[in-house]
Amino acid sequence: MELALSPEDAAFRDEVRAFIAENYPAEMRVPNPETDLSKEQMLLWHRILHRKGWIAPLWPKEYGGPGWSITRRFIFEQETTRAGTMPPLAFSVTMVGPVIYTFGNEAQKKKFLPRILSGEDWWCQGYSEPGSGSDLATVRTKAVRDGDYYIVNGHKTWTTLAQHADWIFCLVRTDPAAKPQSGISFLLIDMKSPGVTVRPIITLDGSHEVNDVFLEDVRVPVENLIGEENKGWSYAKFLLGNERTSMAGIGRSTRYIARLKRIVKADIPEDDPAHLEFIRDIARVELDVLALEATELRVVAQMARAIDPGPAASLFKIRGTEIFQNITELTHRAIGNCGLAIREHPVSANLFMPGPDYGHTASEKYLNSRKLSIYGGSNEIQRNIIAKAVLGL
Amino acid sequence: MDIQFTEEQELLGSSVQRLLRDQYDFDARRKIVASEEGVSRKQWADFAELGLFAAPFSEDVGGLGGGPLSTMIIMQEFGRHLVVEPFVETVVLAGGLIEQAGSKAQKQGFIPDIIAGTKIWALAWAEKDSRFDLAAVMTTARRDGGDYVLSGEKAAVIAAPWADYLIVSARISGRRDDRGGVSLFVVDRRAANLHLQSFKTIDGRRAAEVSLNNVRGQLLGKEGEGVAALEGCRDRAIGALCAEAVGAIGELNSATLEYSKTRKQFGTTIGSFQVLQHRMVDMFIAHQEALSLMQHLNLSLSTGEAGVSRLASGAKSKIGYAGRFVADQAVQLHGGMGMTDELNVGHYFKRISSINIQFGDPAYHLLRYARLDIAA
Repeated sequence: MELALSPEDAAFRDEVRAFIAENYPAEMRVPNPETDLSKEQMLLWHRILHRKGWIAPLWPKEYGGPGWSITRRFIFEQETTRAGTMPPLAFSVTMVGPVIYTFGNEAQKKKFLPRILSGEDWWCQGYSEPGSGSDLATVRTKAVRDGDYYIVNGHKTWTTLAQHADWIFCLVRTDPAAKPQSGISFLLIDMKSPGVTVRPIITLDGSHEVNDVFLEDVRVPVENLIGEENKGWSYAKFLLGNERTSMAGIGRSTRYIARLKRIVKADIPEDDPAHLEFIRDIARVELDVLALEATELRVVAQMARAIDPGPAASLFKIRGTEIFQNITELTHRAIGNCGLAIREHPVSANLFMPGPDYGHTASEKYLNSRKLSIYGGSNEIQRNIIAKAVLGL
Repeated sequence: MDIQFTEEQELLGSSVQRLLRDQYDFDARRKIVASEEGVSRKQWADFAELGLFAAPFSEDVGGLGGGPLSTMIIMQEFGRHLVVEPFVETVVLAGGLIEQAGSKAQKQGFIPDIIAGTKIWALAWAEKDSRFDLAAVMTTARRDGGDYVLSGEKAAVIAAPWADYLIVSARISGRRDDRGGVSLFVVDRRAANLHLQSFKTIDGRRAAEVSLNNVRGQLLGKEGEGVAALEGCRDRAIGALCAEAVGAIGELNSATLEYSKTRKQFGTTIGSFQVLQHRMVDMFIAHQEALSLMQHLNLSLSTGEAGVSRLASGAKSKIGYAGRFVADQAVQLHGGMGMTDELNVGHYFKRISSINIQFGDPAYHLLRYARLDIAA
């Protein structure tokens, strides 16, 4: 299914497609890019996009964005995910960048935005805390003013790829007396500051993606405050809106379905009764993707006509994650007895894995994708949002 | 259909519980899994000393005569503690096959060492392309004097890296899935020309692909009756695995319920949200149904009911889906914590995922259950 494109937009689509085919680094085509690439390798594509001027589709032209229409942004997203390219670090480009150019001062824009675009600075997100998951407004990390500094103490958790990060953007409590949402500020903290400690959290697939970040008497210059003190909650909400728009994951799901079909074809003979079961299950999830894709195209078309999509992001997040979880589960099932095996971390070609290459990451993907319905606002929270904001309940 | 346990069965249950409570908490298990061998020989000896390996065997072969109900009691507790030691592979699979199909000499030769805990066994039935079909065997066996010589590749042999002996299914005649051409053989795991490629499993065990290149083996049971013997073996294995799954489901439910009563968000415990209450009610119902069906299956196995094989497939399917539902929701309700290696919830999730692959996934057994009905 495709958007009806003008000749110009169609030419743009062809240009993007050709650029990816010619420039995406072969080095990044590893079995599981999320876990198998070094920081330097992850940045290869980022730097290529930066040189091309395509690193930040969302950003206005004056800050280094390409100045694309909503339609072109969508085309770019579609082409890059369909081609299975690894998206540039969302925490930098999609999340903190827009907060800085929307709410930051000139000095902050000048200091941080170019380094985000070039990939010199790697950002991580200091939102969740052990006591504040779905209920983010209760963050307890404290920032106390001391002359030209804030003294920050607290414990952030589930911090994705903090082990590589140069900077962390944090929600901190600056007014303990105010209502939860009113006493929060948005603070940028240099990860090299004394008092910042990163502790790995290993997840059930054996990988190291997330971390605890401990902040102990960290001195943060007041100039690193974004916008106004105690207004951080509205900036955070703005940012979460950006996070959820890209969660339909149509390109990714489409690629994984294609792979699943290849596995079923190779591994399950047509006279095996399980074959029909798989055909049926695959058709069902394919229709789920088709319906979500149609919804996404409808929303994009509306946005292009300046119609506010409302909380469509929550719908995309719920369905996008459920669909992908289902696909990874079917894939894990399809490889049969080989699904008992899991790659060891850190990954090494010297460690034996049974079965054909295409099945080697099925177990870890299945296990890892359980996180999708939890993070970025659990799917229960997303349903609450729709119940309230759309249905008026 | 509630089981009234005998005094001996109660005793067995409470002694396993005590042993595991004292020696097999989650940290102890973590150390075992992380050790080089990935298994505890000391635990294995302690299980033997407690009589767990003798429990299911008949008295004729030196066992305690407890049958499938003993296995059920043991496996439910093993499921609660995520025991990695190969009780199913050694006692239920190999022990069961030797007792069922072995010659007098084989029973006398092998079962005492199993009961004493001095030998570990593994069952090599699967192959690269067999999926869950017990008859799809390409490994060959040919007669050579009084022995047989085996060649081929066996896949996903759980516990093979720990084992002293393997039971291997191999083809003596017929085409790829000809039932009557398959026999079982006992092979020394350290035999010349037998090679293992070991790997770790998602649930913290060790398994291997096994290649045999003219490896000597002795026939177990009659020629051509390998598939029938494996089918009976699979039914008993399903009884054990379902008991283990029910143990794991029960633990996940208690952990989730406990967490929902202590974890606070939005100023209240998350257990006060109706949407999560209903989810946990469904998890409770899934556990109740799984427990009942699992007991029904093991009772039927112990009395040798006709049609038990169909029931085994039905239970494997129903309890497999129940386990997956509960495991999914336990992780979901624990939020990020459920995703960590640190908390036990994810490890139950992985054990249940693994059980759902062993001897066929829930969809496979649903179809087998349906087909056996049509055939009857």
